[in-house]
Amino acid sequence: MTAGVAVNVPPASPPPDRAVGRSSGRRRRSASERREARAGILFASPWLIGMLAFTVGPIVASIVISLTDWSLSSSPNFVGLDNYSDMFGSRDFRNSVTVTLTYVLIGVPLFQVAGLALALLLNLKLPGMRIFRTILFLPAVLSGVAVAVLWSQLLNPDGPVNDALRLLGVADPPGWLSSPRWSVPAVVLIGLWSTGTGAIIYLAGLQNVPPELYEVARIDGAGPIRAFFRITLPMITPTLLFTLLNGIIGAFQMFDIAYVLGGSRGGSGGSLSFYLLYLWNEGFRNGRFGYASALAWVFVVVAGVLIVAILKTSNRWVYEESGER
Amino acid sequence: MTGRSASRVMSGSLAYLLLLALSFTILLPLGWMITVALKPDYAPVFTSPTQWFPTGDWHWENFGRALSDPARPFLRYTLNTLVIVALNIVGTVISCSLVGYAFARLRFRGREFLFGVLIVTLLIPWHVLLIPQFLMYFKLGWYGTILPLVVPAFFGNAFFIFLIRQYIRTLPRELELAATVDGCNRLQVFWHVVLPLCRPVLAVCVVFSFLTSWNDLLGPLIYLLRNEDYTVAIGMANMVSRANPKLNLLMAANLIMMVPPIVLYFVAQEKLVGGIASVGIKG
Repeated sequence: MTAGVAVNVPPASPPPDRAVGRSSGRRRRSASERREARAGILFASPWLIGMLAFTVGPIVASIVISLTDWSLSSSPNFVGLDNYSDMFGSRDFRNSVTVTLTYVLIGVPLFQVAGLALALLLNLKLPGMRIFRTILFLPAVLSGVAVAVLWSQLLNPDGPVNDALRLLGVADPPGWLSSPRWSVPAVVLIGLWSTGTGAIIYLAGLQNVPPELYEVARIDGAGPIRAFFRITLPMITPTLLFTLLNGIIGAFQMFDIAYVLGGSRGGSGGSLSFYLLYLWNEGFRNGRFGYASALAWVFVVVAGVLIVAILKTSNRWVYEESGER
Repeated sequence: MTGRSASRVMSGSLAYLLLLALSFTILLPLGWMITVALKPDYAPVFTSPTQWFPTGDWHWENFGRALSDPARPFLRYTLNTLVIVALNIVGTVISCSLVGYAFARLRFRGREFLFGVLIVTLLIPWHVLLIPQFLMYFKLGWYGTILPLVVPAFFGNAFFIFLIRQYIRTLPRELELAATVDGCNRLQVFWHVVLPLCRPVLAVCVVFSFLTSWNDLLGPLIYLLRNEDYTVAIGMANMVSRANPKLNLLMAANLIMMVPPIVLYFVAQEKLVGGIASVGIKG
């Protein structure tokens, strides 16, 4: 979640109290103002120190490390962009990108549609809706590990899922995790089970649509389907954009479920070798610090380009409060 | 909505039908997990038809056995995880409320710039931090201890700081001014006036901080080395990857892992759902 969190953060507006401090023009700062400034720095110091030590420092180091061949077995030598060119010749790298993108292509559209549909359903004003919301939002708090452990057994070729499929008339249900072809779809299925998490965000978006708009549409004679396509969908495009970005970034951060289902090496034939799992293997199991850092930076660049591209084209399809569409 | 009552009733019952069906897709797997957790050793698990709910022959001792299994002591794992969770909560609440207060109320040079930096750090994918942070902690001698998993919490979390700052700015200033007039210093104002008022937003931070550290797999996997230091997440991940685990004990342990988040969910559902929703909407 972290990477997407700030996408919708409102622009920091100048604090109202600032004007008061400045209203008397450019005078020397009084003793009390100096004391306040000192207190401010002091109160903010945990984060200031943490930011420098745990974020800025490591980021700079990471760029440098990615240009070396530093590993457990050898001291670092500068190798330029070798790590980056090695990557594109590596079959394992290409495989992990394919696995991750397959998951994005199958999963993200499904999660978007299912999440929105569930949110629409949970937004109906019906008695007892609280109970349904409670049940359907429950997977949001469960850990990837616990959910994956449960599903690793549910998806056993002779397990409950395939038993249900046979009942529904599927004569030859998939082997899921034991079959490389069905491993990624299995992860998507587990993601669908947690659709409630996405629905929470869509539901908040739906509840932000001004009810007057529906009233006007009703008076104009628009049916519920027209109202959905003309009002609901355009009004929640910022939410859709946010979940789209989050979904793509989330695929590159997929770790827990892949690790539990496929083991540390990424499933049979690398079929669950998601990007982060590959990075972790190279960095922490094979001890290739330089190469793993380069992997991280490739992801940053790809994610950055993707986010900019989506945001750039979004003015064509994202509704904004004051701007013209 | 057409307002015609007949079609209303129709669509209403259709909605209930759908909601019931969807609720069952959530509840049945959980029911199956409980059923398996209560079975005796080596009892058939993958039956046809599937046994979705436990009916009899309940072996409650499976939970005790899972907790005290000498090879994978889940009680130990649970206590280890709780220590990490508690330190993360304490660190997060102390550091983030102090920093959030500074950004909300105290004027100092560069505040707006630093707040911009804080927002930018929210966008940094943490992949790039994994290797250099590991090397740093390794050099510090923290590898193999819980320090890398708890110390950063005492240095603030950008998202929680942002939440607390926004919240403090909605509070009226009069109380703080009155306390200052009464002779309180900054720290006293913060401690006696601001912090009590911040309870709702701090509760959100506590809940999310609990869930993140309880559920974390990658951090413990990188930094913890000894079986007796492992967390529940690693314990589970290792247990499932072993060949032919006892499924009843596996599911019992998994249930133990799920209970704290579920309890938290029922205690703080509004805060949790509100917190997730606030991430996704504007303003």
